[in-house]
Amino acid sequence: MKKLMLGNEAVARGLFEAGCSFVSSYPGTPSTEITECAARYAEIYAEWAPNEKVAMESAFGACLAGKRSFCGMKHVGLNVAADPLFTIAYTGVNGGMVIGVADDPGMHSSQNEQDSRHYARAAKIPMLEPADSAEAIAFTKEAYEISERFDTPVLLKMCTRVSHSQSVVEPGERVEKSRSYEKNPQKYIMMPGNAKRRHPVVEERTRALLEWAETWEGNRLEAGESNDMGFITSSTSYQYVKEAFGDRYPVLKLGMIWPMPKKKILDFAASVKKLVVVEELDSFIEEHARNLGLDPVGKDVFSPIGEFSQNLVKELLGEEVPQGKALEENIPQRPPVMCAGCPHRGLFYTLAKNKITVMGDIGCYTLGAVPPLAALDTTICMGASVSGLHGFVKALEGSADSKTVGVIGDSTFMHSGITGLVNASYNASNATVIILDNSITGMTGHQQNPTTGMNLKGEPAAAVNLEELCRAVGIRRVRVVDPYDLKETEEAVKEELAAAEPSVIISRRPCALLKYVKHRGPIAVDTEKCRSCKACMKIGYPAISMENGKAKIDNTLCTGCGVCAQLCKFGAL
Amino acid sequence: MKTQNIMIVGVGGQGSLLASKLLGRLLLTRGYDIKVSEVHGMSQRGGSVVTYVRFGDKVYSPIIDKGEADFIVSFELLEAARWTEYLKPGGKIVVNTQRINPLPVIIGAAEYPENLEEKIRSAGIGLESFDALSLAEKAGSAKAVNIALMGRLSKFFDFSEEEWLCAIKESVPEKFLELNKKAFLLGRQA
Repeated sequence: MKKLMLGNEAVARGLFEAGCSFVSSYPGTPSTEITECAARYAEIYAEWAPNEKVAMESAFGACLAGKRSFCGMKHVGLNVAADPLFTIAYTGVNGGMVIGVADDPGMHSSQNEQDSRHYARAAKIPMLEPADSAEAIAFTKEAYEISERFDTPVLLKMCTRVSHSQSVVEPGERVEKSRSYEKNPQKYIMMPGNAKRRHPVVEERTRALLEWAETWEGNRLEAGESNDMGFITSSTSYQYVKEAFGDRYPVLKLGMIWPMPKKKILDFAASVKKLVVVEELDSFIEEHARNLGLDPVGKDVFSPIGEFSQNLVKELLGEEVPQGKALEENIPQRPPVMCAGCPHRGLFYTLAKNKITVMGDIGCYTLGAVPPLAALDTTICMGASVSGLHGFVKALEGSADSKTVGVIGDSTFMHSGITGLVNASYNASNATVIILDNSITGMTGHQQNPTTGMNLKGEPAAAVNLEELCRAVGIRRVRVVDPYDLKETEEAVKEELAAAEPSVIISRRPCALLKYVKHRGPIAVDTEKCRSCKACMKIGYPAISMENGKAKIDNTLCTGCGVCAQLCKFGAL
Repeated sequence: MKTQNIMIVGVGGQGSLLASKLLGRLLLTRGYDIKVSEVHGMSQRGGSVVTYVRFGDKVYSPIIDKGEADFIVSFELLEAARWTEYLKPGGKIVVNTQRINPLPVIIGAAEYPENLEEKIRSAGIGLESFDALSLAEKAGSAKAVNIALMGRLSKFFDFSEEEWLCAIKESVPEKFLELNKKAFLLGRQA
């Protein structure tokens, strides 16, 4: 029966049908739903790992045990897991292993726009790239066949528009697959002597895969009415090309992006008058074509920045595109904001008020950078707040008090903040780390993590005690504050900054969007008492505005957190 | 059939994902090729969000480009004004007249433009405006504003009331079904 499926849901369906029975991932937009959907199948064991490296190594362990396994992550997550990636390329697999990676062209929800296709070539691992949900199912299953046939992990490359688009699929049945484990030190112990023998195996594997890529139907030739132009493309760029030109020109659609066929591409190039490569981000296919001695239209016309669209492809190739009517009006931007009742708001207000330098991290709290709070100084990657803070305060040691803190969420702290804290403790920097413990992984849509006491399947699980963990790595000053209480929060920040040793403040209150969180209900404004001082506006709270010079609360939004009331000197709130 | 394009725009958290899910279910019953493109992650935190729904004999691109939308369904007035350029000549905007101030307006860094409905109409753009929020509240919950909007949109398509209600049944939890049916019918009659 035909169904509409999100690309990520379709990957999960592919995992199910392929007989995958082990999934370990770390959430990251736009990859998260693959693992969430996989967890709904009773036949698949699925878990959230603390980070992508752990997830990949766990998935490798499961494949070594003979099961078909999967790990999923966003593009930057693959950087975290790059260490095992490059070496499991050498060991190969036992049961099939597929690694899902989702790029984010246009950076809808990411800190950079890296092109993960480079990893396939660099690690010498084949990469498939589906262009819609039906292909997401088919390619996921194909990836396992390739993995076991060629003894290699396989990368499955998604992107935002494939991951988060629904299209029509026809689900199939599950086929159970597993192998037994046999000890094989030469293959699985990658010490130099063995690894030297494995590297030629990897090169030979790539050669065999290349040969296979020449005939694989996923690298598909679509005929056109005219050979004046011909496109080589893949993924979502393929959809834009077809939307723009229909069947007018022939298209070579690549489903396998590494290794890329040679003969197929050369034959195609010879059949058209003008060869055009359309690909988002870097010139990956184009460079391959150039290495083959071709001279396609590519990044000289199409930008390496941002997403494409059907009109963009048409326009850059000199075609007319439809026009709409923009209003001649200044339309204010609507940036994402911290939610009403967000526990991070009180903390960021405190940091901004005291003019503290703040090393930020990845999560909802990156929104602390948005005016009027504008509390952050830097955001790089998962965990960089803690280690960056250590370097910052060490560099300024002995000079005037730098008043610098790092802020990091509970999930991000477990991902890679703890190692930075070990460094701050071991190398004795005067760092003040604030863990924003909202008891959930917020930004990606409420995933459990090792501190929440629940696992991915919603079952009770062991919970890491953050206070004890911080003490165990040698931090003596560990305290917990409620960020709704501005006085308590400010005292803690001032005292810990003044202390001559590393310290941790756990700013603890569950995310306001969690279902179990009870709210007090909207705050009332006493307009008689309101003096229009706008002190309550300093926190950038979406539920407060000024109407006729008086504070006004939006009752549909206000949760009654009471942070604004603490700012009012006149008792109007 | 030539591809039809519907854009659903609004403010993160208003329920546009459910509206697109409902449309998808409905369109699937007629055997169309369909693509629905959503936005997840950071943009959902109260930011401007857009969902694309495309259907026809064969749909390639998951997104709708400038000048391509047959309909723009907007959960909020300013968001309707933001996306007019995506409307096809002769296309229609169905808008909930609710006004939600974006943060730059709340903190006084920008102004919410006045008389937007008038301005959109005088630009020669087909605009169907109504108070979907009140209808949703009347049906029992402000959260049903998405379904009230779908009710209004339904007037422009040849699907029967029964087909729509059936798709709603498949898209919302049982305990909210009556409320949503009511919101849909109020929107359809508006």
